[in-house]
Amino acid sequence: MLQLKNIGATLGSFSLAGISFEVDNGDYLALLGVSGAGKTVLLEVLAGLVRPEQGQVLLRGEDITEKKIQRRRIGLVYQDLCLFPHLSVWENIAYPLKGKQGSRVESGRRIRFLAFETGVEHLLQRYPATLSGGEAQRVALARTLAADPDILLLDEPLSNLDVKLKAGLRALLQRIHQSGKTVIHVTHDFMEAATLANKVAVIEAGKLIQFGTPEEVFRHPRTEFVARFSGVKNLFACHVKPNDGDGGLLEAMVAGKLSIGFLGNHKQEQGFVMVPQQDIIVSEQPINSSAVNQYPGLIREVYLSGSGMELIVDAGVEFVVSVSRESCERMGLNPGKQVWLAFKASAVRFVEA
Amino acid sequence: MLKSWKTGLVFLFLGGLVLLFIVAPLAGMFLNTTSAQYAETIADAQVRESIRLTLFSSFAGVVIFGIAAIPLAYLLARRNFRGRGIVNGVVDLPIVIPHSAAGIALLGVFSRGSFMGQAGEAAGIQFVGGTAGIVIAMAFVSIPFLINAARDGFEAVPEKLEKAALNLGASPWRVFFTVSLPLARRSVLTGLTMMWARGLSEFGAVVIIAYHPMVAPVLIWERFTSFGLSYARPVAAVFVFICLLVFVGLRLFASRLPERNQG
Repeated sequence: MLQLKNIGATLGSFSLAGISFEVDNGDYLALLGVSGAGKTVLLEVLAGLVRPEQGQVLLRGEDITEKKIQRRRIGLVYQDLCLFPHLSVWENIAYPLKGKQGSRVESGRRIRFLAFETGVEHLLQRYPATLSGGEAQRVALARTLAADPDILLLDEPLSNLDVKLKAGLRALLQRIHQSGKTVIHVTHDFMEAATLANKVAVIEAGKLIQFGTPEEVFRHPRTEFVARFSGVKNLFACHVKPNDGDGGLLEAMVAGKLSIGFLGNHKQEQGFVMVPQQDIIVSEQPINSSAVNQYPGLIREVYLSGSGMELIVDAGVEFVVSVSRESCERMGLNPGKQVWLAFKASAVRFVEA
Repeated sequence: MLKSWKTGLVFLFLGGLVLLFIVAPLAGMFLNTTSAQYAETIADAQVRESIRLTLFSSFAGVVIFGIAAIPLAYLLARRNFRGRGIVNGVVDLPIVIPHSAAGIALLGVFSRGSFMGQAGEAAGIQFVGGTAGIVIAMAFVSIPFLINAARDGFEAVPEKLEKAALNLGASPWRVFFTVSLPLARRSVLTGLTMMWARGLSEFGAVVIIAYHPMVAPVLIWERFTSFGLSYARPVAAVFVFICLLVFVGLRLFASRLPERNQG
């Protein structure tokens, strides 16, 4: 549906280079990157606010790279919302409907429907200056949806909201997506991307680093940046003993003292190994299992994390391990306790340096 | 700094002097005019006609030239074109040149022998010695006040709001009239008021292009040179009173525009 082909754009000292990807009809794409990575500029290229110096933007096969902003049918909700301060909430939502075909009654019905869907029906007579952050965010969404865009662009829609408001707005975004709308959502929060999107594009310094499903990107990060950015905590720089090239078990030496076995066929000698914290088994004694990697360790810290617990275990290097509260209580996993950690070689991912 | 009472006192004294400098001559003018003189002046048909002509001519200048000046102010606020600084300088020219010189310059363009003068006469418009000439002279010297105020107003409107409106499918024309102009309207209204007020007070340029029909400043000057101060003062007092009334009214209206209308 939407294709970006080798997009390049320069804004002052910042530049986007060689951005290419495709978004299908009904996709929810998260554009993930740290602040200043170029996510917002990319959104502005899509919306037509910034003209790329090279490349093409195709929507349903039509080249819209040079198409006027108002004719693109790509709706953008700015991070700072840009509600019109001199218009009431009703007038803000009505703005895209003015001059369009349809009676005033139909417009009124649509405004009420969108206000109901976004939960702002009680705010219609208010002015933007009197709205809270969450309310204003919903009004901005309703206003953009009133234009009935083919693609909805969201610039950090959940930032600056408290946890409760975030949950409500996240549910609203899911409903909008489920209604069939194609959404591109800029965020620096990988959890947001993981919970909302079915595709993720990671951008770093104006370049597309990785594109795929959240599982592909977060489970198989292609670079150290993606791995660290996606919140992987057990990521260790390592030196790999090369094998003879026929695949199989490889050995990564971490900090010169911990050997971690993993599967692969890598020629690089330097890189990072990543061990998902939920794939590590904690036991009081060494266990006889298929896990190749087994180390004694000392619990340094124990703390609450979401619905479970996280342990910091020093096994030569510090591992972060997720366990349930029940296991923690049953096994008496407290700081100072000696434990064993075990994980399979197939659970370990190697990331090139 | 102003918390120090000594500094505050000095500032208050100096500020008071400036206010006295502005208010004292005007107050003297009003107080030295008797009620009989006021009544006689108001009953004078020539005075009434000159005040009406002054108010009308300045207003006509604001309406006619404002239509073009507001878009120019918007361009100066939004477009970063080569020579923008020069255009800004040109806009301020009428403020810095002597107004009698402005009148001479306008006379060159609108005299009966000039192209504009002949074109105007063919269309039944008389510039020299006519209301049209007065309108042009007043607009010429006062238009910078509108352009500068409106440009500052448009600059204060976040460009993102205009882009958001475009993104919602509005044409640039609609964006201007529904977003840019309403959000800058307090500044634009202030500019229109200032242009109108400055036009009312114009003497130098008007007297060169159209001594007749007489606008109030010319009539005051004519009464002063022909009959002396005591004949000129009541006309001046009545004219200034009417101008103040309208000016203060418009400023009050502009300042009471709802705060939410500001971007």
